[in-house]
Amino acid sequence: MTYTAGIDIGSTYVKAVIVGADGAPLGRALEPTGFKLAPAAERALSAARAQAGIAPGDVRYVVTTGFGRHQIGIGDVAVTDLTAAARGAAHLFPGTRTILDVGGHTMKASRLGPDARVQSFRLNDKCAAGTGAFLEKTARYMGYSITEIGPLVATSKQAVPISGVCAVFAESEVINWLSEGAAPADIMHGAVVSLVDRCMQLLKRVRMEPEFTLVGGILRFERMVDVVRAALGGSVNVPPGDLVQFTAAYGAALLGQRRLARLAADRDAAPVA
Amino acid sequence: MAHAAGVDVGSTQTKAVVLDEARRIVGRALTDTGANVMQAAERAFAEALQDADLREDQVEYVVGTGYGRYKVTFGNTQVTEISCHARGAVHMFPATRTVLDMGGQDTKAIRVSPTGEIVDFCMNDKCAAGTGRFLGAAAVALDLPLAELGPTALRGDRPVKISTTCTVFAESEVLSWVGKGRKIEDILLGVHESIATRSLGLLRRVGIEPEVTFTGGVTKNQAMVDVLAQRLGVSLNVGADSHFMGALGAALFALDRIVAGRAPAAAGGAA
Repeated sequence: MTYTAGIDIGSTYVKAVIVGADGAPLGRALEPTGFKLAPAAERALSAARAQAGIAPGDVRYVVTTGFGRHQIGIGDVAVTDLTAAARGAAHLFPGTRTILDVGGHTMKASRLGPDARVQSFRLNDKCAAGTGAFLEKTARYMGYSITEIGPLVATSKQAVPISGVCAVFAESEVINWLSEGAAPADIMHGAVVSLVDRCMQLLKRVRMEPEFTLVGGILRFERMVDVVRAALGGSVNVPPGDLVQFTAAYGAALLGQRRLARLAADRDAAPVA
Repeated sequence: MAHAAGVDVGSTQTKAVVLDEARRIVGRALTDTGANVMQAAERAFAEALQDADLREDQVEYVVGTGYGRYKVTFGNTQVTEISCHARGAVHMFPATRTVLDMGGQDTKAIRVSPTGEIVDFCMNDKCAAGTGRFLGAAAVALDLPLAELGPTALRGDRPVKISTTCTVFAESEVLSWVGKGRKIEDILLGVHESIATRSLGLLRRVGIEPEVTFTGGVTKNQAMVDVLAQRLGVSLNVGADSHFMGALGAALFALDRIVAGRAPAAAGGAA
């Protein structure tokens, strides 16, 4: 069996996925990115390998992606996160035409051609109000940690309006709502709604078309998926379980398998001496 | 003798100034705005009265300004902070043609006519980049008190290039520079440069005409004053009371009302 690995060095977490020749994800792991990218990538890779139960030498090809893909000194080839996420999403949901990827520090919308190649994309990485950092800040202003966002927002019945124009200015809004007695869950829900407004703006600019596949760490929150689904007014694909956070890493590993297959084909085609 | 007061309720700090009839500052106070805006306004006013050694009934007219001006419930009227900063700046530095006000959550560029009227203004209303909060984020990231940022930056000589626009992302960028082994001094100098770049953008939109008067809480930061002056190529007017410029302007408007009220049949509206 030939194994490949995909490592996605994101702004917040490094994700690693090990894939077998049949494209099945055999192991996955994540590590906080921190400021020393290479050790974080090594740790994520070896944890993913351990989960898959394979020896270091058995990983034949490593594809890196994410903002830090050129800074870790490991990997056979680097691809953009858009390419990697497109491959992962199209593998899981072959009908994917539009991808929304919301991570810690970036939001990306891309439209794919029938061959799963990216035809058009838009990014927001300049303003925290359009990224997961907006939810993190909102949670922190209320004294909650990142891990509590999901459970907290799940209990909300009604979102309060949050303008979402700036993650810093949101602090005053949050304080005002709290002082007026609004529930933290409803404020969090309001932040999600405001973030989804930003998503819709980005999606419109790539001229979105169904099917929609949602990926990235922020789509772990079911409430986020619900609000996006409602805004799109139709069904959405979401990779199962925590794979939603690993879609780009998974796509990178799948690209590694393709590459290996091509290398093998080239070898077979070469005249045997 | 009549007295007038101005209370400037900013996003971060609330300032109050008491003037006598000769337009001299006889009392001033500064307090954190915090969550209870109304109380902050009351507290600042009470402390300014104490500083002036006056009772509340000795102050005839109070003008509220700043984002929380409608929470100055004891005030007689409200005037926008744009008008107040311009008024205060022209009073303190009569040759002022351009005002840069840098506060906790917003930065404003204001151009005034030779007679002190507002010709144009421009502010960051949608984004905290280029405001005092950007310094706040750096202070949090580096675990330094705000007051030490300026003095530390002044010791820098090779500023790092801060590439992020967003205040939230600046926090992690500052830490990444620490991770790359750059000196705190150079990182902070870079942070000041980045804020100056944003301010210059605002100033250019209203047109920069000397003299330039710098107002607001960030005037206390000498590194910011120096970096701005260097980038503008002109020195900035900054005084010991520049932090109180909005409250001073408000108090000047309050004094106008007192004087107008005395003139026969001159009730109502100059602002």
